[in-house]
Amino acid sequence: MKYETVIGLEVHVEMATESKIFCSCSAKFGGEQNDHVCPACCGMPGMLPIVNKHVVDLGMTAGMMLNCDINRTTTFDKKSYYYPDLPNAYQTTQWFAPVCVNGTVDIKTSKGEKKVRIKQIHMEEDAGKLVHDDWTDSTLVDFNRTSVPLIEIVSQPDLSSAEEVIAYLERLRSLLRFAKVSDCRWEQGSMRCDVNLSVRPEGSDVLGVRTEMKNMNSLSAIERAIEYETARHIDAIENGTEVLVQETRRWDDIKGKSYAMRTKETAGDYRYFPDPNVMPVVIDDEWYNRIKETLPDLPEVKAQKFIELGLTEYDADQLIQSRALCDVFEAAYKTSGLAKESANWIITDCMTILNKKQMTADMLSISGKALGELIKLVAEEKVNRGNAKRILAVMFDEDINPQEYAEKNGLIVSNDTGKLEEVVKAVCAADPKSVEDYKNGKEKVFMALFGQCMKQLQGNCNPQALKEALLKELQ
Amino acid sequence: MKLYTAKSENVSGKPVVLDDTILTKDMPTAAGSKMLDGYMSLFDAEIISKLKDAGFGICGKANVGEMAIDLLGETSYYGECTDESGKLVGASAEIVKNGEAVAAISMDVCGSSARAAAMSGLVYIKPTYGTVSRFGTIPAACSGECVAVSAKTASECREVLSAIAGHDDKDGTSLPEDKCALLKADAPRSEIKKIAIAKALVDSASDEVKALIESFKANADGVEFAPIDANELTYAQAAWNILMSAEVCNNVSKYDGVKYGYRAAEFSNIDELYTNSRTEAFGYLLKSTILFGSETLSEDNYMKVYDKALRVRRVIVEYFDKLFADFDAVLMPVSSKTAYTKADTDANTYIAYDESIYTAPASITGLPRAVVGGVQLVGKAFSENSLLDLATKVRKEGK
Ligand SMILES: [Zn+2]
Repeated sequence: MKYETVIGLEVHVEMATESKIFCSCSAKFGGEQNDHVCPACCGMPGMLPIVNKHVVDLGMTAGMMLNCDINRTTTFDKKSYYYPDLPNAYQTTQWFAPVCVNGTVDIKTSKGEKKVRIKQIHMEEDAGKLVHDDWTDSTLVDFNRTSVPLIEIVSQPDLSSAEEVIAYLERLRSLLRFAKVSDCRWEQGSMRCDVNLSVRPEGSDVLGVRTEMKNMNSLSAIERAIEYETARHIDAIENGTEVLVQETRRWDDIKGKSYAMRTKETAGDYRYFPDPNVMPVVIDDEWYNRIKETLPDLPEVKAQKFIELGLTEYDADQLIQSRALCDVFEAAYKTSGLAKESANWIITDCMTILNKKQMTADMLSISGKALGELIKLVAEEKVNRGNAKRILAVMFDEDINPQEYAEKNGLIVSNDTGKLEEVVKAVCAADPKSVEDYKNGKEKVFMALFGQCMKQLQGNCNPQALKEALLKELQ
Repeated sequence: MKLYTAKSENVSGKPVVLDDTILTKDMPTAAGSKMLDGYMSLFDAEIISKLKDAGFGICGKANVGEMAIDLLGETSYYGECTDESGKLVGASAEIVKNGEAVAAISMDVCGSSARAAAMSGLVYIKPTYGTVSRFGTIPAACSGECVAVSAKTASECREVLSAIAGHDDKDGTSLPEDKCALLKADAPRSEIKKIAIAKALVDSASDEVKALIESFKANADGVEFAPIDANELTYAQAAWNILMSAEVCNNVSKYDGVKYGYRAAEFSNIDELYTNSRTEAFGYLLKSTILFGSETLSEDNYMKVYDKALRVRRVIVEYFDKLFADFDAVLMPVSSKTAYTKADTDANTYIAYDESIYTAPASITGLPRAVVGGVQLVGKAFSENSLLDLATKVRKEGK
């Protein structure tokens, strides 16, 4: 018999906000343990939650990128459970009126295109982290991540293979990174995924027994886990190797197996109820439109626009890998009017510097306008390419105006013919032997003399003008 | 008998005593619970700076029942307080009555401090929900609890209330400044001329309480009184007990022995750490409330119980709205009797749940309540000044 796998995903994404969801602590990744904490996010009595509006901005942005309806009145609820990394013993989340509902994500696989339906997106706070201390043989709690804002994106069970799941997750990641909702880094835990899976005979409309694998944190693990779990389900159905039960399982990526978790860890009546300390968030038209207006084009729409500006498909594809690259490109192009040049400077020169600094494309934060001005200076032959690269390197560390910087540091190409002639005369006078050789027909020495002049001028001259001046001198 | 849980030696300004549910940096705050015995807050409640700015000084912290949800402080880890006749009294109310403080500030969760004011013959005002910041108060039932004031006179009550009312960005339920300003001593107000008497509640009270109601009427010169059935108001009791216990259950769940507070000496895993710490540190009434609240929020009961209680809250709010079209305030008892003893609370551990029939209407709606002459007046939102004006009249203050 042929079987089909039915998969739904719950994807957790940490939002790229400066501060936490209900207090003003930093939400940055890293830091010393318990550095980013205050009485509110480590569960001391007397602090009251104040909703970080930027979290709602990003929640709405995520929903709009995923074609969701936005709930204009959205509320926060308390989900109760005991765990040492949850300092209040409740997580504030959205149970009754999540910020976004009913969306879609388009994916492409070897089998063609497909629309995956989104059930809802809700905002909530992250939990802390337990750290085992071998020295004292005890478990300690790090509250740096508690109350860091998350969105959970819940799909309908529309996925039917590991390939589709990967395509869906990659598409989500690209859209959310593009809209600056999150940096979506699997390795830092800012993107995580719960996989709900069941298997049924092909064509059947009855769902099989569903199991859930929680907290998956890499695409390769997700792929392997889905394949393993599908095979386990089919084996159980066909050969009766085991009786399938609805349960939560843990994927062990090293052993390549999933294990049932103790029922105690999974049994949960979370006792949801509305948080009386958080007033409903009402999204008025002004707020809604402000978010709508700042929404970026979808990556492929942007790529198409870039191609229309004259970029190759390859260049456009390089740029849309990161929103930061697109932003810098667009500003540089706007200033310089030179699409191909702008793209080259970003894809080649900026990326080289980023790599050297061990930074990712998302971290490109130079001013696109300044880059555009620099490109213009090169195009107008006011600054030569070598010096322009030096100026670019400075732009990574300082907020400079390229023209002013070039002028101040003597990097402007000289159009002063008097100065050119002066240098040419001096060089020829200092090397009478080469001048003699040239006049005797050894044309090769011309380049040596040209190089010496260029060196004296620190490269700041129009090569054509220098060539003419030198030829004139040697006549 | 322990009136104070902490005392401040050098008080600058007119002395005010705080219930042990209001957090202060320089004195411990335990909310009457062994769980928080000796707990030192890292920050002051918002009202502390407001009091100091207005020339008041904090003279100490007063003993309260565990999480302030009991009848009259009988569940405090530090023991209950009684007067010489053996009658249960509120610690902060007694401190004011003794003249050691001009006013007491409490958390009115289930009317415990309102009853205490009545027992000690004080004037009491629980303001409209959202007009005084709850930042820095130990949370119990956040959807209804308020910072409240009691004093010997209505004018002292007004002076303190005027000092602490105001918008606070640190409290998401805090109302805008223009609303809070209506509580200032010099804000415009209207006179209370027509009062409804909640018959269903008066009828269930003792003869002594009925006599207090009559005495109030007799002293309220020029005020028109009219009885109403007010059966609807009796629904508030069950609804508030449900909402309150659910919120208390949730709010005290953070006291788990992990981060601060009491931790059991014996445990072999995290579940035992939780269970033993909470078993040893919580009192009987709080434990019952946790279990009750936990049940009301369970998946099976949420719609049947908790959600229904939220709907009843709406019904009571609408009932008051209609009533206030014809009346300026509603008169009702604040308790069924004029005195309680330890024997009463021993015989009925849940007596506070029963007595909330009188206090739940104002708790669940967030409307202001005043206690004067041992009885309760529930007024329109932001009518604190009108209620206190009437209290001044009834007590013949300033004459
Ligand atoms: Zn914090």
